[in-house]
Amino acid sequence: MNLNNPWFEAWKRLRKSKIGLAGIAIIFILVAVAIFAPLIAPYSPIEQDIMSRYQAPSQRHLLGTDEMGRDILSRIIYGSRISLQVGLFSIGLALVIGVTLGLIAGYYGGYLDMIIMRIMDIMLAFPSVLLAIAIVAILGPQLKNAMLAIGIINIPRFARIIRSSTITIKEDEFISAARVLGAGDFRIILKHLLPNAMAPLIVQTTLSIATAILEAAALSFLGLGAQPPTPEWGAMLSDARSSLQKAPWVMTFPGMAIIFGVLGFNLLGDGLRDALDPKMKNV
Amino acid sequence: MFNYIIKRIVALIPIIIGVSIIVFLLIHLIPGDPAQTMLGERATEETVQRLREQMGLNDPLYAQFGRFFKNLLRGDLGRSITSNNPVAVEISQRFPATLELSIFAIVFAVLVGVPAGILAATKQNSWFDNLSMLVALIGVSMPIFWLGLMFIWLFAVTLGWFPPSSRMSVGVVFEPITNLYLLDSIIQLNYLAFIDALRHLVLPGIALGTIPMAIIARMTRSSMLEVLKQDYIRTAYAKGLVKRVVVYKHALKNAMVPIITVVGLQFGVLLGGAVLTETIFSWPGLGKYLVDAIYARDFPVVQGGILFFAIVFVLVNLVVDLSYATIDPRIQYN
Repeated sequence: MNLNNPWFEAWKRLRKSKIGLAGIAIIFILVAVAIFAPLIAPYSPIEQDIMSRYQAPSQRHLLGTDEMGRDILSRIIYGSRISLQVGLFSIGLALVIGVTLGLIAGYYGGYLDMIIMRIMDIMLAFPSVLLAIAIVAILGPQLKNAMLAIGIINIPRFARIIRSSTITIKEDEFISAARVLGAGDFRIILKHLLPNAMAPLIVQTTLSIATAILEAAALSFLGLGAQPPTPEWGAMLSDARSSLQKAPWVMTFPGMAIIFGVLGFNLLGDGLRDALDPKMKNV
Repeated sequence: MFNYIIKRIVALIPIIIGVSIIVFLLIHLIPGDPAQTMLGERATEETVQRLREQMGLNDPLYAQFGRFFKNLLRGDLGRSITSNNPVAVEISQRFPATLELSIFAIVFAVLVGVPAGILAATKQNSWFDNLSMLVALIGVSMPIFWLGLMFIWLFAVTLGWFPPSSRMSVGVVFEPITNLYLLDSIIQLNYLAFIDALRHLVLPGIALGTIPMAIIARMTRSSMLEVLKQDYIRTAYAKGLVKRVVVYKHALKNAMVPIITVVGLQFGVLLGGAVLTETIFSWPGLGKYLVDAIYARDFPVVQGGILFFAIVFVLVNLVVDLSYATIDPRIQYN
């Protein structure tokens, strides 16, 4: 491996960052739990057992049971699959569309740039959760619509990042050189402009996954995302509202699961920012 | 400066038109027939058709938008399907509750977040720095609706220190004027009402303010660290100034611009976050009203509410931009 490679440098810095490593560890646990859910979970996440409703945490049910007698630990374990899926799918969507729009706007400039960026400005004029709520209200309350809505509200941030980095480097000499050598627009965008915008893009993606998990939980909590009996962390909190007094464990643990997952991506994002952007170090 | 303000306000016009087009389209794509919803399941096809005609729902979309926009300019947002009251009136009655909650939350966030960030920066890598940044990181990773539920469980249900819902206890003699209860009770010198309103604000206000507090603390710390590294700070120390003066008089002033930006942006985000907080605490503000309207498919209310939130958000951001010049005289607008 080429030791002067900037990515290698960044990896060396990330390895030294405690918060970055803590983030990687949390995400690793989360992914492992999601993959091996059927092996780890002691009970079925959706099977009801009316005889054992609202049982406090015990040896049989480590985190207790909910109003349907379902094992909360098992539901949280399966819930990790949904949260990861939401984070990856919705931010993946925002990434693909946002990057495409940002590259087009930044590279071609002119009218295209103006139209695309004005639309982005208008989208940013909405408080983002509100826009997501409105979109789901139209499409209907389903998990896949919630993911779509979260993807849509995240598009402008990616478009802005890519556009600004494209604009700063597209007049550079190495781009003119590539053009003189006969590279087409597509090749220049893919081989030269995109790699140069990689660092802020990776940081933004990681931090956005964290917010996407939170936003999905919020939508499900409002009844606009995952529908029962899906073991989604936000939806579990929504169910727990009625038993606040009787069975506080029903709402305590899913909330902690959300914090754990979101924290992992936030830590990694912070660590990556320090590692990829030496200027921002120690900030 | 004056020209700049005018220019910025003019630049808002296309944004606001764009926002109203998006809101209009969003609402008109919602499945379900508003006329049918209004009349209920048992209405005959004929009555539904007559109402659709009356409401103009049979006109082409562009004609409907033209009418909507013309009314919007006059401040007319239509009538609520559920209550039949003008939407603008319903919003103006509920917005003060949301505003009061948001102001309480942002004041809390600034009063805790800014000092914590300054202290963390001046004692970089101390236990206080590490602890407060860990708390801040958990703060930004926390679902506010969960925090709200925990607050209700702990401080309202279990300990009974604060009321779990609404804005004022039943039986408190109080006549709202502006609907900002704290302000109204001060004007009327109604001590009991003031204390009662404040007690109701504590839990939802702190729950809503926690994420902004964490973000403000992180921003303050990084902004202060950046400034404290600069030469003029060393000069200030070299000429014998004490740390307190250097930090608060010299450094903080220059660290203020990014902090103000984040406070302003967070205030806008708060308005959106109020939707969740109000739902949990049964706070009779605009956020809860909007969520209820979505469930009830009361589309003029949803349309007006989202539009109103977006316009407030845009205006708050404008005020933030304009405030830079007051804080940092080096910034000139032209």
